Amino acid sequence: MNKIVGKEGLSDKVVKFEIEAPLIAKSRKPGHFVIVRVGKKGERVPYTIAAADPQKGTITLVIQRVGKSSEKLCQLNIGDYVTDLVGPLGKATHIENFGTVLCAGGGVGVAPMLPIIEGMKKAGNKVISVLAARTKELIILEEQVRKFSDEVIIMTDDGSYGEKGLITNGVENVIQREKVDLCVTIGPAIMMKFVSELTKKYDVPTIASLNTIMVDGTGMCGACRVTVGGKTRFVCVDGPEFDAHQVDFDEMLMRLKAYN
Amino acid sequence: MNNEYLKAERAQEWRETLRKSMKNKDRTDLPRVKMPEVPPEIRCHTYDEVNLGLSLEQAIGESHRCLDCVDPTCITGCPVEINIPKFIKNIERGEIFEAAKTLKETSALPAVCGRVCPQERQCESKCFYTLKLKKQPVAIGYLERFAADYERNSGQISIPDVAPANGIKIAVVGSGPAGLSFAGDMAKMGYDVTVFEALHELGGVLRYGIPEFRLPNEIVDFEIDVLKKMGVKFLTNCIVGKTILQEDLVAEGFRGIFVGSGAGLPNFMNIPGENLNGVMSCNEYLTRINLMQAADPESDTPIHLGKKVAVIGGGNTAMDAVRTARRLGAEKAMIVYRRSEEEMPARIEEIKHAKEEGIEFLTLHNPIKYEGDANGRVQRMLLQRMKLGDPDASGRRSPVAIEGDTVWIDVDEVIVSVGVSPNPLIPQSFSGIEVTSRGTIVVNNETMQSAVKTIFAGGDIVRGGATVILAMGDGRKAAKSMHEYLSSNQTE
Repeated sequence: MNKIVGKEGLSDKVVKFEIEAPLIAKSRKPGHFVIVRVGKKGERVPYTIAAADPQKGTITLVIQRVGKSSEKLCQLNIGDYVTDLVGPLGKATHIENFGTVLCAGGGVGVAPMLPIIEGMKKAGNKVISVLAARTKELIILEEQVRKFSDEVIIMTDDGSYGEKGLITNGVENVIQREKVDLCVTIGPAIMMKFVSELTKKYDVPTIASLNTIMVDGTGMCGACRVTVGGKTRFVCVDGPEFDAHQVDFDEMLMRLKAYN
Repeated sequence: MNNEYLKAERAQEWRETLRKSMKNKDRTDLPRVKMPEVPPEIRCHTYDEVNLGLSLEQAIGESHRCLDCVDPTCITGCPVEINIPKFIKNIERGEIFEAAKTLKETSALPAVCGRVCPQERQCESKCFYTLKLKKQPVAIGYLERFAADYERNSGQISIPDVAPANGIKIAVVGSGPAGLSFAGDMAKMGYDVTVFEALHELGGVLRYGIPEFRLPNEIVDFEIDVLKKMGVKFLTNCIVGKTILQEDLVAEGFRGIFVGSGAGLPNFMNIPGENLNGVMSCNEYLTRINLMQAADPESDTPIHLGKKVAVIGGGNTAMDAVRTARRLGAEKAMIVYRRSEEEMPARIEEIKHAKEEGIEFLTLHNPIKYEGDANGRVQRMLLQRMKLGDPDASGRRSPVAIEGDTVWIDVDEVIVSVGVSPNPLIPQSFSGIEVTSRGTIVVNNETMQSAVKTIFAGGDIVRGGATVILAMGDGRKAAKSMHEYLSSNQTE
C-alpha cells in the first residue's frame, strides 16, 4: 500500500500524482517504470516514472485517463492508497554526451521524457525538445521541460499553441536545420512510428520507449513482446527503450489492440 | 537422512506392536486405495479441486499396506526426506496429528506436496511394493495429503518447534517452493528470515502457475501462514536487484541470501505468427487466470476466452493450461505435442484427468506457423506431422518431421507451453555470482552455495525448469549448508 501525497490535474484527461515509495525513489533512474494496481480486483498496469524525490521518498507518475484502470487510479485523491506499487522496472536510459539530442514527446509521453531530458542535459548534451499535442491544453509540463532544454518547440494539431502541425513537422525542421546525434521519442505508438520513419530517412539514431500491454512486468509472462530487428524481445526486461528503427511498430500497434 | 535416527524411531514400541498386529501377507494382499474424484462431466465446468481426498477409513485402510520396512527405500525417493514409514504408521494407529507433525519435520508444504508432487517418480517408485513385489505402491502421496488436510481442517494446527532466536538476518529472494522450504528450515534453526516477493501475492508458481482445481489458493495461504507463525517475515512488491539492491541487503545486515527466483521467462518457438493476438505463453495465460483472476467478471484484468484452444507442449503446465481452457468454456481444447504420449513429461494422473475431461491429444504434431484474421487475431495453425527417430540427449526418442505431411487446424487461442528459462533479473543485477549461458546460477550441487560464499540458490533459477518438490529439496539443502557455513564463520 502506497500513499498518494500529491495530485494535480495537468489537463482534462491528465493527472499528475506524487506517491510515497521510498525505496523506488532511491533506486530509480531515467527510463524506469513501475507497475501499479488499484483495488483487490485491479489490473497490473505499467507507468513510466516522471520524477522522484529521494529525500521525500516519493515518485511522480503522470496518468492519462484512457481506460478502466487509469480512470480508477485518477479517481484516487491525496491521502488514498494505491493497492500495489512495484519497481523500478526495465532498463534505465543510456545517458551520455552524444552531442545534440532531440527529445520528441507526444501528449502524456512528455512525462516519462522529463527525466531523460534532465539526464541528457546534465550529461552535457545540447537538448532540443519538441512537445506535441492535439491542442494547447494538452501540452503538459512545458515549464519543467524548458528548465533542462536549450530549445523547446511546441507543435499543436490545431495551431492553438506554438506551431501548427504534427510532431514530425517539428522534428524534421530541426533535423534539416542542424546535425542531431540522437533522437529520443516517447508518446503514442503511432506517433513514435512516424517519428521513427522520419529519422530513419535522415539517418538519425533514434530511441523509442515502448508502452506495451504487460501483466507482471518482470519477464514472466511475455505479454509485452515486440519484434525488434526480427527478434522477439520483452519490453519489460529487455526494454522499454529500443532502437526505434528496428522496432516493428505495425505489429506493436496490432498487439496493443489485443483486448479492444 | 540420519540412519541411526530412523532406526531408533522404528524401534519404538508402538511401531513394533503395529508391525506384529498384522501379517505382512495380509498387508500385501490389500488393494491400493482409489482417490475419490469429482466426475469429469461436472468438474470440467467448475474450478473446484478434482481430487477429493481420502476419508479417515480409506486412509487408515491404505496405511495398513505399508510394511514399515527395515530399509525404507521410499525415503530415498523423497527430495525433502520425509520420514515416510513414521507418518504412515501414525495414520495406522489413528494418530493423525502425529502424522502431520512428522511431515512438518522436513517439509514446509505438506498439503502442497501431497497434491502436486510426482510421487510415482519419487517415493512411490522406491516403495517395496514397486521394487520387489511388482505391485502398486503404497499411496504415499494420497496419505500425505490426507494427514496435512486432516490437521488443517481440524483447526488444531501444530507449529513446528523453533530454536531460540539467534538474531542473524537472512534474506530470501522469491516466495515460491524453494524459498518457502528454505525459509521454514532456517526459521526452525532460529534465524531471522525475511522473504522478498516481486509480485503482489505470495507463493510464486504455487500461486500464479498451478490452477486451483489442482492446488486451491487457500492451501497455499495456509502453509504460508504456518511459516508466518514460525516468525518468517514476508514483503511483497519488492524486487531484489531492482527495488532493493544486493549491497542494500548487505548494508541492512543480512548475513546470508538465498535466491529462489524461479524460471520466470517463458520460451517461445520463434515461428511465423507467434506474436499474433491470441497466442500467448502458458505463464501469461495462467497468471491472468490464477493470479489476476481474469475469468472473474469483477476482475479488471482482461482475458479472451477461446472456443478452440491449442496448447503447445506436453508438460504439467501444458495440462494445467488446457484443462483451465476447458473449464473456461473451450469447446475444443487440444494438446499439441511433437513426440508421442509415452515421452510426455506430464504426470500420468494429469494426462488421465485431461483425457477424462475431453481434451484432445494431437501427439506427433508440431506447429510451424500461425495465421491471423484482418485484426491480427490468430485464426488457424499449420501443424507438421512427426514420427519418432533415435533417442536424443534427453534419452527420449526424438521427433522427426514427416516431409510434406502437414495439416491446418482452426484455433482462436494458442497457449505456448514449451518450457521456461531462468528469470534474468537476479543474474543481471547481482555481482560476483557465476551464471551459465542458459542463465542459471552456478552452485555447488551438494551445498547450493554460489561463487559468492554468502549467496545460495536453488529451484528453477539453478535447474532451469523442474518441479515444486525438487525446488523444495534444494531449499532444504541450502538451509542446512548455509547454517553450517554461518556457524563456522562467526568471526565477529
